[in-house]
Amino acid sequence: MIEWIDTVIQGVLLGGLYALFAAGLSITYGVMRLVNIAHGDFIVLAGFATLPLVQTLGLHPFVALPLVALAMAALGYALQMGLLNRTLGPDILPPLLVTFGLSIVVQNGLREAFSADAQSLQIGEWQTASLQLGEAVAIGWFPLLVFVVAACMTWGVSLLFSKTTVGMALRATSDDPATASLMGIRAKHVYALALALSFALMAVGGVFSGIRTTFTPDSGPVSLLYAFEAVVIGGLGSLWGTFAGAVVLGVAQALGAKMDAGFGILAGHLVFLLVLVAKPNGLFARK
Amino acid sequence: MDSAIDFVVLRSTPANRVIGWALLAFCMALISVPWWGDASLMRWMVEVICFLVLAQMWNLMAGYGGLISVGQQAFVGLGGYGLFVLAQHLRINPFLAVPLAGVAAAILAVPMSKLVFRLRGGYFAVGTWVVSEVCRIWVSNLSLVGGGSGQSLTVMASIQRDVRESVTYWMACALLIVTFATVYGLLRSRFGLGLTAIRDSEAAAESQGVRVATLKFQVYVLSALGTAMVGALYYLNVLRIAPASAFDLGWVVAAIFMVVIGGIGTLEGPIVGAAVFFFLRWLLSDYGSWYWLVMGGVAIVVMVFFPKGLWGSIQQRWGVQVFPLQRRLKVG
Amino acid sequence: MSLLTVHALEAFYGDFQALFGIDFHIQTEEVVAIIGANGAGKSTFLKALAGQIPSRPDAIQWDGAPIGALPAHRVVQQGIALVPEGRQLFRSLSVEENLRIGAFAKRPGHWNLARVYALFPALYDKRHQPGTSLSGGQQQMVAIGRALMSNPRLLLCDEVSLGLSPLVVKDIYNALPAIRSEGVSVVLVEQDIDAALRASQRFYCFMHGKSSLTGTSGEVPMHRISQAYFGAQETTA
Repeated sequence: MIEWIDTVIQGVLLGGLYALFAAGLSITYGVMRLVNIAHGDFIVLAGFATLPLVQTLGLHPFVALPLVALAMAALGYALQMGLLNRTLGPDILPPLLVTFGLSIVVQNGLREAFSADAQSLQIGEWQTASLQLGEAVAIGWFPLLVFVVAACMTWGVSLLFSKTTVGMALRATSDDPATASLMGIRAKHVYALALALSFALMAVGGVFSGIRTTFTPDSGPVSLLYAFEAVVIGGLGSLWGTFAGAVVLGVAQALGAKMDAGFGILAGHLVFLLVLVAKPNGLFARK
Repeated sequence: MDSAIDFVVLRSTPANRVIGWALLAFCMALISVPWWGDASLMRWMVEVICFLVLAQMWNLMAGYGGLISVGQQAFVGLGGYGLFVLAQHLRINPFLAVPLAGVAAAILAVPMSKLVFRLRGGYFAVGTWVVSEVCRIWVSNLSLVGGGSGQSLTVMASIQRDVRESVTYWMACALLIVTFATVYGLLRSRFGLGLTAIRDSEAAAESQGVRVATLKFQVYVLSALGTAMVGALYYLNVLRIAPASAFDLGWVVAAIFMVVIGGIGTLEGPIVGAAVFFFLRWLLSDYGSWYWLVMGGVAIVVMVFFPKGLWGSIQQRWGVQVFPLQRRLKVG
Repeated sequence: MSLLTVHALEAFYGDFQALFGIDFHIQTEEVVAIIGANGAGKSTFLKALAGQIPSRPDAIQWDGAPIGALPAHRVVQQGIALVPEGRQLFRSLSVEENLRIGAFAKRPGHWNLARVYALFPALYDKRHQPGTSLSGGQQQMVAIGRALMSNPRLLLCDEVSLGLSPLVVKDIYNALPAIRSEGVSVVLVEQDIDAALRASQRFYCFMHGKSSLTGTSGEVPMHRISQAYFGAQETTA
């Protein structure tokens, strides 16, 4: 019994990581109905971008993290302004297909630049240090840190949307870009900010993921699928809903893996399909 | 006061009739290959045909049905594995097993559609991908078909080699001709009109009595049928299957690139796209990842600056259609 | 010198031409009405003024400067605010947030939340409710208040009476004098001819994308207005 509680806790903490992946997807879909097929590849890109900082400059991954997040945010802003804004419109094809092309370019670019070898980011003892709770349950410090950071960032972004002027502008633009421009809001600029914000979240997720497991240029798509499943399970309309969806996914995968080593990921997929069939609007949908 | 206006609906131009005869001659030439071509040429042509039909199927869904799928590889895999189950394990004639595998996959597509149609737009795209992954993982765990390492189509050893090669090749020709003829015929029909209406505006189409949900479902299942037959034929050609290959995202990547670069929503587009695809593959075959980098870059550039693709842009400028699909009103 | 001068303004939706050379002007503290049937081009005209539809730079002169090519987010910074047809409140924003977003352009001036609530007291108690949960009349008040929050010198009102009961329309029109006294000029686009002519000093009548008549409100006989509104159609008995 205690083992199962331990597994559930591992799953919840894993959900924190998935929440970081998913939040960015939730934001860009909410603000501009964009599904970025390259989402996962940019997450992995963040991991690769950290490698030179860690290996050549000798920075600790936690120190490199905010730098990478900032750089990724700038990349997101430039990408939206330079490329993706040209594709947004009533047709869903162009942005989907362009981001699909981007996915291929990023994956293969990474392969050319870094080779197909598995990489990882090291944080030494912190990786495996754990906090003992009672006799049989131990919580890893690192997974706990990831969870707490994910929760804080979700809370921070939520506040940004609900309490700040920028947040109001983001919400207004997602409702009605034409009328938002009557208020003096430049939709293109707002979209770029949304992608920048999402890239920053993805960068944090990417660096944490690179610490947690090894990664290769091909690791991107699987992150997109987890992010997507978390968003659909949680339901559209709120960042906390997405967070909850990510936790459900994490728990499903952990429980599945406990039942059978190869079953974890499939268990997550099956829970996703179940929610899709039974509650297509998601478990925690707001509207 | 007003007299009735005389009008005629023109569906093809004189040039089209010439092209029609040329196409017929081309088909005859295609069928004649086993008598003068060698085995490796036929194997290569089967592969090209597979990619071309795959592209047309993706084009049918996306360009005409408005359904962007990033999970078509599920049907390639289901078709390929369907062939192996039917031919290797149920001992059905392998050549017969190809269309049967297609039908089996189309039947599976029905419950699959119930799942994925709960999602729309970009989410539908990723949803189809998840479903494909589920299929891949499930098949990887089936020991009957060799699990993760796959298996070989050993039953083919009992068929004489040149018979095997020729019949496989002719089946590919048949698939190509039937696919093009069917898609062309469908698009010229009311079905095609309905699809074009959906593509332009779903809400308007619905209000005019087009049963949007039904048409989309039909397109999805039809596309599954065609794609599965591609899978079955491809693996009949290479004689060995494994989950990583059969359910590889690379299938849909290739399909999307061919359609996007060639011209989405036209019949000729995928042909142009396939030509570009194979040309680039030949040109950059020694450069590994650069091949995909260039493909990706070209696709992005085309999508941003020539959203109608290469053929689509030509069609827009000069009004040429090899497969006439337009309906023009001639008054008087 | 006029506050706003429009000369030979044309407007297109893709290949479709909606305006065929409109001449128009308005002074400070003036209320001008634009009347006309559906499809006459009234809303299109306001959208062109607001920058939502592009025009030739010199087609629209604001304080002497050509602004025809400015995009909407720059036009509001110049001091022209549009209350769009159908209110178009932001669904995800509360009443108060809808008002506050109106001030996004940060133009200096007298208008703020307190003054808008003073103008439309009914909004104060509902200020934290979602904007779209209010009645039609109250939503119209929010839309007008939102536009006022940008401290405009010219307020463009597109069919504020559409779908509202006469009593509610009266309430809204009663707010116009207060708006004018702050030095704001108003363009009223309406299908309701009486209300529009009563509230304005001058008027224009649009038909098929052209200005068919202009004059002083109240001085032009109704039959001439009908002709300009509907077009000179001979009906056989």
